[in-house]
Amino acid sequence: MIPEIGQIALILALTSALALGILPMVGAARNDAMLMRQSRPAAFAQFLFVALAFGCLGASFVANDFSVVNVASNSNSELPLHYRIAATWGSHEGSILLWTLVMSGWTGAVALKSRTLPRALAARALGVMGLINAGLLLFVLFTSNPFLRLLPAAADGRDLNPLLQDPGMVFHPPILYTGYVGFSVAFAFAVAALLEGRLDAAWARWSRPWTTAAWCFLTCGICLGSFWAYYVLGWGGWWFWDPVENASFMPWLTGTALIHSLAVTEKRGTFKSWTVLLAIMTFSLSLLGTFLVRSGVITSVHAFATDPARGVFILAFLALVIGSSLTIFMWRAPRIGLGASFDAVSRESMLLANNVLLVVAMAAVLLGTLYPLVLDVMDAGKISVGPPYFNAVFYPLLAPALFLIGVAPLARWQKSPIPELATRLTWAAAVAVVASIAVPLAIGDWTLLKTTGFLLSFWIIAAVITAVWMRLSAAPQKSIAGKLRANPASWYGMHLAHLGIAAFVFGVTMVKSYEIEKDVRLSFGQTIDAGPYRVEFKGVADEVGPNYDGVAGAFAVTRDGKPVATMQPEKRLYRATQQTMTEAAIDHGLTRDIYVSLGNMIDDKTWEVRVHIKPFVNWIWLGCLIMAIGGGFAIADRRYRLRKSRATETIAGGYAPIP
Amino acid sequence: MTEIAQRKGAGTLRLAIPLVVFALLVFFLWRGLWRDPREVPSALIDKPAPDFTLPVLGDATRKFSPAEYRGKVWLLNVWGSWCISCQVEHPSLLSLAKMNAVPIVGFDWKDKPEAAAKWLAQQGGDPYALSVTDLDGRVAIDYGVYGAPETFVIDRQGVIRMKHIGPLDEASIKDKLLPMIRKLSQ
Repeated sequence: MIPEIGQIALILALTSALALGILPMVGAARNDAMLMRQSRPAAFAQFLFVALAFGCLGASFVANDFSVVNVASNSNSELPLHYRIAATWGSHEGSILLWTLVMSGWTGAVALKSRTLPRALAARALGVMGLINAGLLLFVLFTSNPFLRLLPAAADGRDLNPLLQDPGMVFHPPILYTGYVGFSVAFAFAVAALLEGRLDAAWARWSRPWTTAAWCFLTCGICLGSFWAYYVLGWGGWWFWDPVENASFMPWLTGTALIHSLAVTEKRGTFKSWTVLLAIMTFSLSLLGTFLVRSGVITSVHAFATDPARGVFILAFLALVIGSSLTIFMWRAPRIGLGASFDAVSRESMLLANNVLLVVAMAAVLLGTLYPLVLDVMDAGKISVGPPYFNAVFYPLLAPALFLIGVAPLARWQKSPIPELATRLTWAAAVAVVASIAVPLAIGDWTLLKTTGFLLSFWIIAAVITAVWMRLSAAPQKSIAGKLRANPASWYGMHLAHLGIAAFVFGVTMVKSYEIEKDVRLSFGQTIDAGPYRVEFKGVADEVGPNYDGVAGAFAVTRDGKPVATMQPEKRLYRATQQTMTEAAIDHGLTRDIYVSLGNMIDDKTWEVRVHIKPFVNWIWLGCLIMAIGGGFAIADRRYRLRKSRATETIAGGYAPIP
Repeated sequence: MTEIAQRKGAGTLRLAIPLVVFALLVFFLWRGLWRDPREVPSALIDKPAPDFTLPVLGDATRKFSPAEYRGKVWLLNVWGSWCISCQVEHPSLLSLAKMNAVPIVGFDWKDKPEAAAKWLAQQGGDPYALSVTDLDGRVAIDYGVYGAPETFVIDRQGVIRMKHIGPLDEASIKDKLLPMIRKLSQ
């Protein structure tokens, strides 16, 4: 019964999405207020029905209803409850349903928050979102129905892929999708504004908090995925340039560019066509990512859905959405007009340079991801593109971008004289250079690459401190609290996010430069030294889990004879799928991780053992988290709420000012 | 006037670049849909099938080597009792065996003979003329096997003419395998 309710809810959601996609659009074109007013109820109805459908699927998983194909293929009666819930989005069908749920959620949020916007613009933006969701719901209903029945019912399910049976997997997909799909808001606003023929500062201001929110979620989602790969895949790496990782990284790169470009458009009225193009590009890359993952055109550890019918559908959808938006762009962009001009050295020019670098970096990642496919299609052979390519193209592009992070916040709008800029940054540059040479020397060995990494990290930190110091000391208030309060939250958010990048770069440089990896065979009672740590293999013991059997090793880690940690890496065999999984044991720390995992058993008392010491590896994820928190500060800025009333007035007056 | 018009034309052309790039991308993605990224061409096509002598499953005294089938077109099908996809493939193999087009030699890969015999008994029929057991997987390395199931088509001269990766189904048997077998049998 429940799956049938879900099925009906899906169909009702589709009709709501179609109503949302058609009525307000027609209304906006005919200036018919009655039709435009339908957008909000349709958006809420769509969300309720998709949520109901999602709830029904979740309930089928919780209730172990093995008469539903999706449940029988992705769950098992022995699977613990929290993973049964996570299994709802562990399959292809479930994850697309999650996509539409998130999409409906964002649409609902826009419907709630858009009451102060010009009616036609809000109606068009919601209409665009409705059309996108209608396409996805059609995809779910026709090619990926999660409610198909299996008659007679299976006695038990085939179980969830063991790789996905992990706390990280419970949160990673929803957060990642919230980020991916969140860019649809900026996209919808961009297309709506193009259709209106009016791209102004007000449009940029409405788009900014939505874009930043999506970016925060995407940052957290990628961060969680990377962290998951680090401790689940059992190889101790944290980024593999895998096509699926690239698929989430590309919208992040253009999304980052979009955030900065929107700031320029709001404050200076320039970069308008570029900003619109970035908004289209970012969401297009989110869709492309979904296509790459879901169609199986590219091999990857993630490609668990290979079905040409699905691929054809998503590709047609992709072509329609992106093709039509780029056509509208081509048609309407000449009417956008240019904004205020700026000098070759100014904050605008630096942000433009950063934008270009980010987009070129995205293009490099895209090229590396699709190159094997292109060669294959042209019958030029089968190849794979791996980390050497990505590292070779990515670092040179990233270095100038990181350098600019230090300079741009201190540069003036429109025209920023170089001598003045240089004076402001001398102190920061000196500290960064000295520290970046001193740190590797203090640790023991110096190479140019290490120094470059440290230099960029310290440079950002020193420049941020300089910028904050200058601004605070210039503030007229007497007390420190008063000085702090004089600046908007978004300004703190920006610097915080930049510090997050610095922490990230520092972590990456530390790990790449000083990690210790020992792959050895150890017998019970033997020890291995890794850096300052001594690791003793105590033995292994059998263990029985809810849906797996396994062995757990016992390792004692000491430093100078003092105990540091006892670690229990595991090797599990999942009963239903007969898949083995390596569960590494990690002792986390702010300055280092100790990583121990079990390889193959050699004899009763001897195992292959992998011991890694990873200095400052957690700073990689900590950095991402700081970036996301910085984004949170930017959204919390009072400006977005205060100016709402002003924005409505100015639009009513027919034009928006450039503040 | 004309100059302005020209500049306008150039501007529109520039605005079309994203669309053109995207159209190119769609073309490659479209073509890519019909290809299997996991299909890696075997280096062994048109090379003699590597020789081996392996015990036959269920008959400890008998050994098999490819030389025995010289003069026949035959299939070598890699399977294992641990392999889920082989279970999916099995009905197709049974119907292929019923056609009596070619003898199918099973290649039981990295398996325990008891588990293999038990598995075969549970599948509702044995499509194989015989199955050899490659317990430690050494011969499979010679054949470049990297997953099960895989199927090799070997001609009368003992040369590998085709390799199919992944489970055979009705379509791949009808469109790929049988035409090749017919061609080789003429």
